[in-house]
Amino acid sequence: MANFSKSNAPQFSVEVYQNEYLPEGGREVNAIVTVTSTGGGTVGGAALTGAALSPSAVPGQAPGAAVVIMVDCSGSMDYPPTKMRNARDATAAAIDTLRDGVTFAVVAGTHQAKEVYPGDGRLATADARTRAEAKEALRKLSAGGGTAIGTWLRLADRLLNSADTPIRHGILLTDGRNEHESPADLKAALDACAGRFTCDARGVGTDWEVKEVTQIASALLGTADIVADPSGLAADFTRMMEDAMGKEVADVALRLWTPVGVEIKFVKQVAPTVEELTGRRTEAGPRAGDYPTGSWGDESRDYHVCVQVPEAGIGQEMLAARVSLILPDPAGGTPQTLSQGLVRAVWTEDMAASTAINPQVAHYTGQAELAQVIQQGLDARKSGDIDGATAKLGRAVQLAAASGNADTAKLLAKVVDVVDEATGTVRLKAKVAEADEMTLETRSTKTVRVKK
Amino acid sequence: MAQMHQPATGSTCPGCAEPLESGDLYCGACGYDLSAGPAAGVDTPTVVMGSPVAGEAWPAARTADGSGAPVHLPTDLPGTDSGGSPLPSHVRLDGREAESEPDEYPLPAPDPRAVDLADLGEHATHVSTPVKVCVACRAGRVDEDGYCENCGHAQPRERDHMERELGPVAAVSDRGLRHHRNEDAFAVSTTALPDGSPAVVAIVCDGVSSATRPDDASAAAAARANESLLQALPQGTHPQQAMHEAIVAAAEAVNSLAAEPAPAVEHDPHRHQNAPACTLVGAIAAGGLLVVGWVGDSRAYWVPDDRTTPPARLTEDDSWAAQMVAAGLMSEADAYADERAHAITGWLGADAYELDPHTASFKPDRSGVVVVCTDGLWNYAEGAEEMAGAVPVDAAERPLHSAQVLVGHALDGGGHDNVTVAVVPFAVPVAGAGSAYN
Repeated sequence: MANFSKSNAPQFSVEVYQNEYLPEGGREVNAIVTVTSTGGGTVGGAALTGAALSPSAVPGQAPGAAVVIMVDCSGSMDYPPTKMRNARDATAAAIDTLRDGVTFAVVAGTHQAKEVYPGDGRLATADARTRAEAKEALRKLSAGGGTAIGTWLRLADRLLNSADTPIRHGILLTDGRNEHESPADLKAALDACAGRFTCDARGVGTDWEVKEVTQIASALLGTADIVADPSGLAADFTRMMEDAMGKEVADVALRLWTPVGVEIKFVKQVAPTVEELTGRRTEAGPRAGDYPTGSWGDESRDYHVCVQVPEAGIGQEMLAARVSLILPDPAGGTPQTLSQGLVRAVWTEDMAASTAINPQVAHYTGQAELAQVIQQGLDARKSGDIDGATAKLGRAVQLAAASGNADTAKLLAKVVDVVDEATGTVRLKAKVAEADEMTLETRSTKTVRVKK
Repeated sequence: MAQMHQPATGSTCPGCAEPLESGDLYCGACGYDLSAGPAAGVDTPTVVMGSPVAGEAWPAARTADGSGAPVHLPTDLPGTDSGGSPLPSHVRLDGREAESEPDEYPLPAPDPRAVDLADLGEHATHVSTPVKVCVACRAGRVDEDGYCENCGHAQPRERDHMERELGPVAAVSDRGLRHHRNEDAFAVSTTALPDGSPAVVAIVCDGVSSATRPDDASAAAAARANESLLQALPQGTHPQQAMHEAIVAAAEAVNSLAAEPAPAVEHDPHRHQNAPACTLVGAIAAGGLLVVGWVGDSRAYWVPDDRTTPPARLTEDDSWAAQMVAAGLMSEADAYADERAHAITGWLGADAYELDPHTASFKPDRSGVVVVCTDGLWNYAEGAEEMAGAVPVDAAERPLHSAQVLVGHALDGGGHDNVTVAVVPFAVPVAGAGSAYN
């Protein structure tokens, strides 16, 4: 995986998929923006951001990365005891995946956060010795105490930002509800940490709150998932750490410029998962705003941009939005534009042109609705609204089938009996395993791409 | 177009309240950069401040058109330049002050526009300005993609309106009022037959909108057909044969576009299925012959100088309506009223079933003009009599003017499509033919 001879910076490309034709009086412009980062391998952050970046980013080597693993050590982790053992093994596996030179720390989380390794508010630099020491330190982990995730995140933030490292990432494991602090405390911690590091969150077992875990991943631009069976943790931790090691560029923002009179209706990430970004805009000069996208390895993501343009006559053409990828200059200078694409609006009287819906836009509109109706269906089910749940989850089955989202279709089939997927006719299952329901809820935002 | 904003007249400098002269780029007293955009944030000062720059450029353009003396004389232009050289006498007094206190009132960095305008004073025919202001809001600059940085409005492209006059022949093409780009193209040229007599050529092409890159197709077809004729006619190829070959060559040029990958940024699903395609109509006036050739529904009309004699349409559309009429299935009125009327049955492009170039030769016994046009014009003057009615009587003497009038006719009618018209005068050869066109 780690190819140290590679020194080329990752290349970002932006492609815009849209039907730019509007009928007379048409004002809404939709576009799917596909951003792909390629060619960086596991290195290149240094070359991309320039020599002034940081001491740890030596050209020709991997960009500096720092990772903090937060392991839930609350009392419930001992029920069953395999959970604590599996968490320990998973953390050890993740430590084994650390690339040499990456700085890291392990935090034990209860109603407070405690440094397990290396301690003293520092990060260790990964090598054979520190990896062994860290794994030795894991033996001391024992269950006992409550759960206050906000304190874990704040400690991780202090540790990760103690060194000037471009890529800062957290891995958080919890098995229970965030009971020993108020939701407002967690929210405040997330607000404080947002943009300072990225974080993947995992719930192990079935006693945790899906919305808490997805909220953390969402705020910190990471992934959320369920590991219902603790024995699956090691593989999952290894994969997460590999992904983290593959990141090359951090703090990339999606910049949207719109002309005077154009209103932004929404901006969402739609692949690989649905992530609402509209409210996360920070102004960036006249008529431009930045939406955070976190760090990038070799990957591709899709964004759905919807804007409302002023009315214009037939035959007019305008630029409705300019979408670019921005890499901020760590020294505070002019940000670097990595790539850009144009969203246009053209008014035509050709009805065939103006009524056509771009297949990408249609597909992702469906995927976003899929995520929404699953959420609504499960909420209805929990509140005892059987009819509402049946209708929503039926629609979800229909959407998942039509768009070829097989993974979600399979998860849905564990919650409802599908009578006819084409019409979305379903019956709620009388008995649903809690893990299945939580899996569906956690993964409801996962999307598939358009079939080519 | 040429809006003459003269906001500076009678106004005062925002920096020092000194009265300003019309066209000043910098305040003569304090060196305030008057083109530097919104100073006080009231209304839309960029319009006001930016406009004199654009406004000053227009008189030069007019002069180039030959349509009269410049509105501003070069001496109206600001006396300052990037080097801070002396100002005209009426502000010299203040100018000296500015020069004597450079530290207190540092001049802004040289404005490239100012430099350009200084050049403009010396070379009054120089029309291009490096900083373009949006034609729609007149406030924003135009970005490198051709859109306004303020309101996003697409800026006019070169092909939106094209005019060309070449000796006796002229053509005008316009985007029209309802389409966002001009997908028509034309070529006009003159050459000589081996005997030295002049030959005049006009080609008009209409890109098929439902296909990919119609604008490229029409441009390629017009250019290639013209090229082919310019090569064949001087070699003595019969004009009708030359026209046939030119259409075949144009078809190949359009076909070859299908092989090229479309620009990667455009993902335009409903256009992707079809290879680039266009129609073509051409006319040659040479050696006493009038030759027309066409594929598709672009047309050529004969309009005699003597309007008491009948005009005629010289081409037969490759269209659904024309085929219906030809087959006797519908009356002309009914056929053209049908929504399928304009569906063309022949075109240049890789998707065409078979290429069937039509050519026809005429030997008019009187002088007149040939109007070579796309359906953007003939939709507003369908019959030959209507077309003749729209053509100015002095068409043969003023072909460019006539083409402009005909485009105007289409725009007045609604301009629903791109409009392209070429006017080719045909003079009956008198003894010693060849002097007819000077």
